Amino acid sequence: MSGQQQQLPLTAAPQASGIAAPAASAGPAPASAPAAALLLHPPPPPPPATAAPPPPPPPPPVAGPLPALGLPAGSSAPAAFPHGDPALNEQEKELKRRLKRLYPAVDEQETPLPRSWSPKDKFSYIGLSQNNLRVHYKGHGKTPKDAASVRATHPIPAACGIYYFEVKIVSKGRDGYMGIGLSAQGVNMNRLPGWDKHSYGYHGDDGHSFCSSGTGQPYGPTFTTGDVIGCCVNLINNTCFYTKNGHSLGMKNNHLGLQTPGEVVDANFGQHPFVFDIEDYMREWRTKIQAQIDRFPIGDREGEWQTMIQKMVSSYLVHHGYCATAEAFARSTDQTVLEELASIKNRQRIQKLVLAGRMGEAIETTQQLYPSLLERNPNLLFALKVRQFIEMVNGTDSEVRCLGGHSPKSQDSYPVSPRSFSSPSMSPSHGMNIHSLATSKGSGTHFSGFESSCSNGVISNKAHQSYCHIKHQSTSLNVPELNSINVSRSQQVNSYTSDVDMETDHYSNGVAETSSNGFLNGSSKHDHEMEECDTEMEVDSSQLRRQLCGGSQAAIERMIHFGRELQAMSEQLRRECGKNTTNKKMLKDAFSLLAYSDPWSSPVGNQLDPIQREPVCSVLNSAILETHNLPKQPPLALAMGQASQCLGLMARSGIGSCAFATVEDYLH
Amino acid sequence: MSVLSEVTASSRHYVDRLFDPDPQKVLQGVIDMKNAVIGNNKQKANLIVLGAVPRLLYLLQQETSSMELRTECAVVLGSLAMGTENNVKSLLDCHIIPALLQGLLSPELKFIEACLRCLRTIFTSPVTPEELLYTDATVIPHLMALLSRSRYTQEYICQIFSHCCKGPDHQTILFNHGAVQNIAHLLSSTSYKVRMQALKCFSVLAFENPQVSMTLVNVLVDGELLPQIFVKMLQRDKPIEMQLTSAKCLTYMCRAGAIQTDDNCIVLKTLPSLVRLCSKERLLEERVEGAETLAYLIETDVELQRIASITDHLIAMLSDYFKYPSSVSAITDIKRLDHDLKHAHELRQAAFKLYASLGANDEDIRKKIIETENMMDRIVNGLSESSIKVRLSAVRCLHSLSRSVQQLRTSFQDHAVWKPLMKVLQNAPDEVLVVASSTLCNLLLEFSPSKEPILESGAIELLCSLTQSENLALRVNGIWALMNMAFQAEQKIKADILQGLSTEQLFQLLSDSDVNVLMKTLGLLRNLLSTRPHIDQIMSTHGKQIMQAVTLILEGEHNIEVKEQTLCILANIADGTTAKELIMTNDDILQKIKYYMSHSNAKLQLAAMFCISNLIWNEEEGSQERQDKLRDIGIVDILHKLSQSSDPNLCDK
Repeated sequence: MSGQQQQLPLTAAPQASGIAAPAASAGPAPASAPAAALLLHPPPPPPPATAAPPPPPPPPPVAGPLPALGLPAGSSAPAAFPHGDPALNEQEKELKRRLKRLYPAVDEQETPLPRSWSPKDKFSYIGLSQNNLRVHYKGHGKTPKDAASVRATHPIPAACGIYYFEVKIVSKGRDGYMGIGLSAQGVNMNRLPGWDKHSYGYHGDDGHSFCSSGTGQPYGPTFTTGDVIGCCVNLINNTCFYTKNGHSLGMKNNHLGLQTPGEVVDANFGQHPFVFDIEDYMREWRTKIQAQIDRFPIGDREGEWQTMIQKMVSSYLVHHGYCATAEAFARSTDQTVLEELASIKNRQRIQKLVLAGRMGEAIETTQQLYPSLLERNPNLLFALKVRQFIEMVNGTDSEVRCLGGHSPKSQDSYPVSPRSFSSPSMSPSHGMNIHSLATSKGSGTHFSGFESSCSNGVISNKAHQSYCHIKHQSTSLNVPELNSINVSRSQQVNSYTSDVDMETDHYSNGVAETSSNGFLNGSSKHDHEMEECDTEMEVDSSQLRRQLCGGSQAAIERMIHFGRELQAMSEQLRRECGKNTTNKKMLKDAFSLLAYSDPWSSPVGNQLDPIQREPVCSVLNSAILETHNLPKQPPLALAMGQASQCLGLMARSGIGSCAFATVEDYLH
Repeated sequence: MSVLSEVTASSRHYVDRLFDPDPQKVLQGVIDMKNAVIGNNKQKANLIVLGAVPRLLYLLQQETSSMELRTECAVVLGSLAMGTENNVKSLLDCHIIPALLQGLLSPELKFIEACLRCLRTIFTSPVTPEELLYTDATVIPHLMALLSRSRYTQEYICQIFSHCCKGPDHQTILFNHGAVQNIAHLLSSTSYKVRMQALKCFSVLAFENPQVSMTLVNVLVDGELLPQIFVKMLQRDKPIEMQLTSAKCLTYMCRAGAIQTDDNCIVLKTLPSLVRLCSKERLLEERVEGAETLAYLIETDVELQRIASITDHLIAMLSDYFKYPSSVSAITDIKRLDHDLKHAHELRQAAFKLYASLGANDEDIRKKIIETENMMDRIVNGLSESSIKVRLSAVRCLHSLSRSVQQLRTSFQDHAVWKPLMKVLQNAPDEVLVVASSTLCNLLLEFSPSKEPILESGAIELLCSLTQSENLALRVNGIWALMNMAFQAEQKIKADILQGLSTEQLFQLLSDSDVNVLMKTLGLLRNLLSTRPHIDQIMSTHGKQIMQAVTLILEGEHNIEVKEQTLCILANIADGTTAKELIMTNDDILQKIKYYMSHSNAKLQLAAMFCISNLIWNEEEGSQERQDKLRDIGIVDILHKLSQSSDPNLCDK
């Protein structure tokens, strides 16, 4: 059952229905913002500089207040350096890049990352300069009451998982009473960091760490002018450690802290590379979290887990109408498929028509098979019709194609699909297109053969000679997407060409034969082949001029007429159901196509891209399923949507491990 | 008896089938045997006893055997080697190694791989002498050539190399056969096992080997320098084994001088990684290796010692190494207790080693170490542990800490560390003695309160015996300790030293080829000849020999320091009351003093001046005569000259 289940739709609905918030351990309030506080904790007034004894002693590593040899507090505030704008922009960009790399899981719309000190959230003795990154103390620094601190602009988002910032001590000032750490919003800024609740700090004068208490505990070395001190918060296990000049000083018991008096310090929130290798630390935790996920006990009772997985896969296959695959899968895993096979096939047929751009037929078929569906859902019908209009412009809709009368045999429909197959990420919402590639090479009149042919987009090993035609006729083709099946491919394909069942539809795309057996189509050989033709097609299409409605005058008239009907329908809809901006915009965009001489390269030209058929197709499919009381989302997509939502919820609840587990990591 | 025979009967069947005339049946027999022995040590032992090995070897070597049969034989032999050490010994006795090495010449890759796998198992066993790999000079080049054959040959050969490379000789052989170039590119192999074994090879090749290390720093693999690759392997998301081994490579390269100690890859990568390996989260054996490697890395560099001492609370972290087996494990979990017990010694010795390195140079770090919980008790206990390794590293740690004057006066005294230390010195192997005796040197320093009790416990005798050791380091330490002991000592001690040492030994030491020994012996003499009564007393008994020795040294080819020290001895002698006469009556010596007074080296001049000054000191009896005599030989003239020179050493006369 290879290939298909790999293409999981990523457009899962974002309704994480009722995921309970993890309740277990409510951690400490996660609202701590890093506040490097410049805290001046003034020592006894410095004795007048006495004549120093001749042997200059090496700087004594003594902790505690030393008579200051330095400048009076605050005197060393540097003049703000004028920054050229270009340099600034460059720095901005660099910062953005680094933050994105360090904290990919953070949604900055919701929770912005700290980028500088806050000019509002600081004590008055603090001066900021250099884009609010440099902090200097300008108080008297005589008594502990002269302490001052500053916080960063934003709290640390939990989705960082691990957050890190550094501070460089530009000048230790008179006494070197500086602290760095974290404090919650609202903590008094006229205090030393670490003294109050929800504030934590590492102090330079004695190397002690303060955890919400006026008494520090011995923690690390002292620090002084020239040192770079870092603070790392681990929001996964709620710990924190500091670094000095790139060396980790070790964990502090579950605490985060900060504040200090210092004279001048420069902060680095990611503006520059960090001295400490924080990314290495993050790597370790990413590995840990992922190992934890991989080894998560699933409580497997007698294959329950496996059965569930199989059910999910099966339901996914059924949902998207891969019925041969679904059947085979169900058979080999001994399951039953809830939906009737005929029903799956019906849905599949409709989807295939939509994806082929044959909207008229798709609508017709839907109305036949599900008579009341579109009547009850006028907005859906409208959307389908708008799409039909677009396909008319494209020249792919059956109504214009039969009018076009151009070598119908050679008309192809959905050449983009190989691309989406070979690189699922580009067209993530459907695996469907693989099967639907191959459609009519005849005009609508051939549809009678349809029933017998496509039991699943998997084209029952009927290959066709049409390649030969294509090869010879290609010069005369003007149908936009087609134009292209080239020599090399047709040679390959020729080898498949054997019996042709003229009753069936003709499939002109090389993929058709390859998928003669529904669950084989993921094999690499085919991949390769398709990729090849993809590139070639693109080259070709740029050379051939595409024409409106396939170039037929009659078709253009039909299209214009259809447009008028659409307009009328829109007005009627508005009268009946009230204004609907979505519909309005949809119609406007579609009509805009006509304003350009070459709609394909116009600003609204992307509507013509076959990939745009997919959302319509998916909505229609869901609507049909709903009428059968079946889920409009396959459980697999739902599970993925829930997982994504769950991660978002974790981020909002302050659970840091969400930083290292993204759904994408598990979609290979 | 009957049980045994039953068992052997079933095994006998397997052996018998090896002798079947039908080669096809033999092959089936070997395959069945293979399946029977897997994971069954008893079966393996039985088959060996029943003589399966020679037959298997015979089949393996037989050119007429089919390749399949030969390969299966190698597989079975490999399986047998996986058993107990006795199995390996039996295989070695049957000369399995030459047979397997011979097999490597076959063109058949499968067979080669089977032989290599078996060789790998045998060579990684502790009972196999690694020399066996080097006896045939063609083996190494052939193995190098086989490195390109498959990922299995790569894995096995690298593993053989990394186990059989012991010491500089082996390193040189492998290096000369292009090991570095051949193995370097394996570091980018897609197979983890190959990468890992290649990495291990480099760690053993680089250990204490500047030649290999210097080569390694410049080797490029896929456009990247080897140290860069090692740094990548240090990343925290890599397996611990890989982090540890690459840290070893970088450490060894650094210690061999190929990487600077201030290089970022050492300071910011290797060192922090090693500290992390010491943390509680790691396995016990990883913590042991981490600590030992770190100890080696920082041993001689004070800056690295300082960084390590503040990283992740390393000093406190190490104190956890002494908590095995923990009291919890004893009760709750027998398996865990067994595991802990096995590693407890290793953990302790590794911690001591690392403490020793950390405290080697920096007083603040020493203080921090000693302030760690129960530190001194742990050392004292360590000194009397049964494991030599623990004792040795405990002594090292003590030695490192004994460089602190403050600690000598406080913690060392409080814990009476001299007692266990003196015990260690009795009958210890040389390597322990060297460290222990140099610790003793520090404990015998004049300000050390341990000095007295050490003397009382018979240190003199012990130290005197050390000076007769073959081992140079022990001679130096012995005489050094005696010198420290004699410094400002009382008459009794000096006499004891002289007596214990015997003049004969003293003069033996004075003619020692090592300048360190000579210097310390002179120092001892100088310390012995301090206060006046002691000088006269010693000179009256040993004057003749001492004067002879002094003359000899002054005449010999020695460096300035030695001569200065000797002149100082003369000056001391000149301070004696009766001893003076020994100089005054010795014209030869007087001439020498005169010579050194006009020597170009100021230190020697100064020392010679001391002699003269002591000889002519006015307040003493007979000074006038001595002055006259000295004037006669022209010393006064020199003094005059010197008094006009710039040096302020003209305070007399």
